Amino acid sequence: MGILRGKLLPPALAILFSALLCGIALVVSGANPARAFGAMVSQVGQGTTLVDIINSTGTYYIAALAVAIGFQMNLFNIGVEGQYRVAAVVAAVFGGSVVLPPGLHALAIIVVAALVGAAWAAIPAILKVTRGVNEVISTIMMNGLALGLAAYLIGDDVFGELRGNNIRTPEIAESGWVPGISLGSSGTIFGLVFLAALLGIGYWVMMNRTRFGFELRASGESATAAAAGGVNAKKMVLIAMLLSGAIAGLVSMPEILGRDHTYNLNFPAGIGFSGIAIALLGRNHPGGIAFGALLWAFLDKSGLALDNVGVPREIVTIMQGSIVLSVVVAYEVVRRVELTAQQRRVGRELEAAS
Amino acid sequence: MRRRMRGVAVAAIALTSVMSMAACAKDNGGNSAGSGSTGTEGGCKLSEKPPAAAAANTTSSAAGQKVDGSSLKVGLAYDIGGRGDASFNDSAAAGLDKAKAELGIKPENIRELTAAPNEAEDAKLTRLRQLASEGFSPIITVGFAYAESLKTVAPEFPNVKFAIVDGTVEGATNVTPLVFAEEQGSFLAGVIAAYQSKNCHIGFVGGVETPLIGKFEAGYEQGAKAAAPDIKIEEKYLTPAGDFSGFQDPTKGQVAAQGQIESGADVLYHAAGASGKGVFSAAKAANAKAIGVDSDQYNQATVAESKDVIVSSMLKRVDVAVYDYVEAVAKNDLSSLPKVFDLKVDGVGYATSGGKIDEELKAVLEGYKAQIIEGKITVSDKPSS
Repeated sequence: MGILRGKLLPPALAILFSALLCGIALVVSGANPARAFGAMVSQVGQGTTLVDIINSTGTYYIAALAVAIGFQMNLFNIGVEGQYRVAAVVAAVFGGSVVLPPGLHALAIIVVAALVGAAWAAIPAILKVTRGVNEVISTIMMNGLALGLAAYLIGDDVFGELRGNNIRTPEIAESGWVPGISLGSSGTIFGLVFLAALLGIGYWVMMNRTRFGFELRASGESATAAAAGGVNAKKMVLIAMLLSGAIAGLVSMPEILGRDHTYNLNFPAGIGFSGIAIALLGRNHPGGIAFGALLWAFLDKSGLALDNVGVPREIVTIMQGSIVLSVVVAYEVVRRVELTAQQRRVGRELEAAS
Repeated sequence: MRRRMRGVAVAAIALTSVMSMAACAKDNGGNSAGSGSTGTEGGCKLSEKPPAAAAANTTSSAAGQKVDGSSLKVGLAYDIGGRGDASFNDSAAAGLDKAKAELGIKPENIRELTAAPNEAEDAKLTRLRQLASEGFSPIITVGFAYAESLKTVAPEFPNVKFAIVDGTVEGATNVTPLVFAEEQGSFLAGVIAAYQSKNCHIGFVGGVETPLIGKFEAGYEQGAKAAAPDIKIEEKYLTPAGDFSGFQDPTKGQVAAQGQIESGADVLYHAAGASGKGVFSAAKAANAKAIGVDSDQYNQATVAESKDVIVSSMLKRVDVAVYDYVEAVAKNDLSSLPKVFDLKVDGVGYATSGGKIDEELKAVLEGYKAQIIEGKITVSDKPSS
């Protein structure tokens, strides 16, 4: 019971606190908070919003898993942003220029995306194990490079083609599409949302039931202790980073194979940064991350209703920011309260024993 | 480990907030004293002036009959920035406001929604479906970014009339493209720059390196070289394709403009949306000149503090296109709309506010304009480099 309280109370407190904060921000800006929150909740039932939330939960979940793998061993992979972008471009170019039997085509695109994501992450990983370059710095720089590389690759004299004022990669043939679950006018759930769920299960099994997962967590807890126990820290850094990059490479696969079938200038940015926030929110636990991704997707998609009731949509950004901030604070507060409670209990027991 | 993890968490929060702060970076004024490189020599060796235009061939649509639009429900979906971006969203808004005033559209029958930076495709789909299912028609989408979502949404609502500024949607009969010949207007901006430059050295600041902004650059270069073949042209894009922050970052615009001024350019043309504010501040600080874009920026409140450096603006009359489109819908006759809003129909042009364009230069510009309209000069829409 105490453990459960320790795990669930902080995020609940944090969400409550940030809702309060946003309510105050809304009142200050002259809007009615009840009406705004009401519009957001009722938006879920409208049109394709519910399906959009599910789809984007899948996308966020993959991004957050990629970040979480790094976090498990104290690696801060800020480069998810760049890894998924480069992977998306290369996979879209690859998928658009080959024709393979249905099924195999999609699979090949997914594998390419994962490999490219891993390769992009390999650069900071190698720099870290050979030269000791901090991965925070190098992955941020790789994000900038990713943008430039993607822009170059879709140039209409390279791999891209001009469509009006937009540029995009050649469209992937139908054999490479991944069918979704159509709910008629409510939209279509991307087939690859289930890939996100599978990745989550795989992540849990790897962390908790395999030797590799144990070594990963051990290196994260204490690198020196792990080394003394025979774990090769450099190898672990390399593998964790590659794995993180490979998963990051899959982030945009549900959208590209399920709806867009091409990479174009409208490609969404910022999913990697949201992934960092969600991994923090979920404490690197696959269940917690799922909840965080769902919350993020809900805020994103139902926030679109706010414009209709005349409330600035930016309130959603305030809310997301304050949730992350207060979650971290709340965990710390709850941890300290429990620590003092424990100390007191032990003290009492010792007194009683003496 | 706890402590390290906490360190990571704190770093993450700090970073996230830096990212979001960067997204709303404000222009912090141009009070850095630039090293003004204002040469006093005579400027460019100009090529022969074009023959004077035969007559003022302004084909303004004759406002004859009164059109009643009181039964219309007009929806507008803006691109990033929305109303108040001092650029093309604002221009669309001006067209809407004019339609509202002149066609008698009821305020409650107008709905305006705005895109968020870097949003996913489904957000655009939801926005358009919201408007369409609530009975809005016509629905005007501002920016080519809506082309993909219109391809999906327009067939779902065959009775709703859609329009897209800066884009085309193949195969959808109920989508009217409102596209412009930006390269033609930019050609004239290039001529203005060549005549105004003292160093015979000018600059171009593009927001994001997309094909659309490439049209501005291409026309500008061609125009400047037509007027002064020896002219030197600096060009700089703030962000690569795919990173749309280049349209919203005045600080980046200022730095890029300072760089161009330091290397000798003294007239700068920007096609960088809200980042243009930074270009203007840099020009003001260094005593250089600047050419605005989209709207008549000399008269724009958001850049009023540096209005005296704005010699002209390349006008892209999104307002005219939006108004004409709404009027055409009210008349139920879309065939009257031009295929491309170019110089001929005054869809693009140049602004003379501020009095920096004298009669002599104006005659030159009208000459070039006539040649473009007659087809004697074909302006390329792709940059040479």
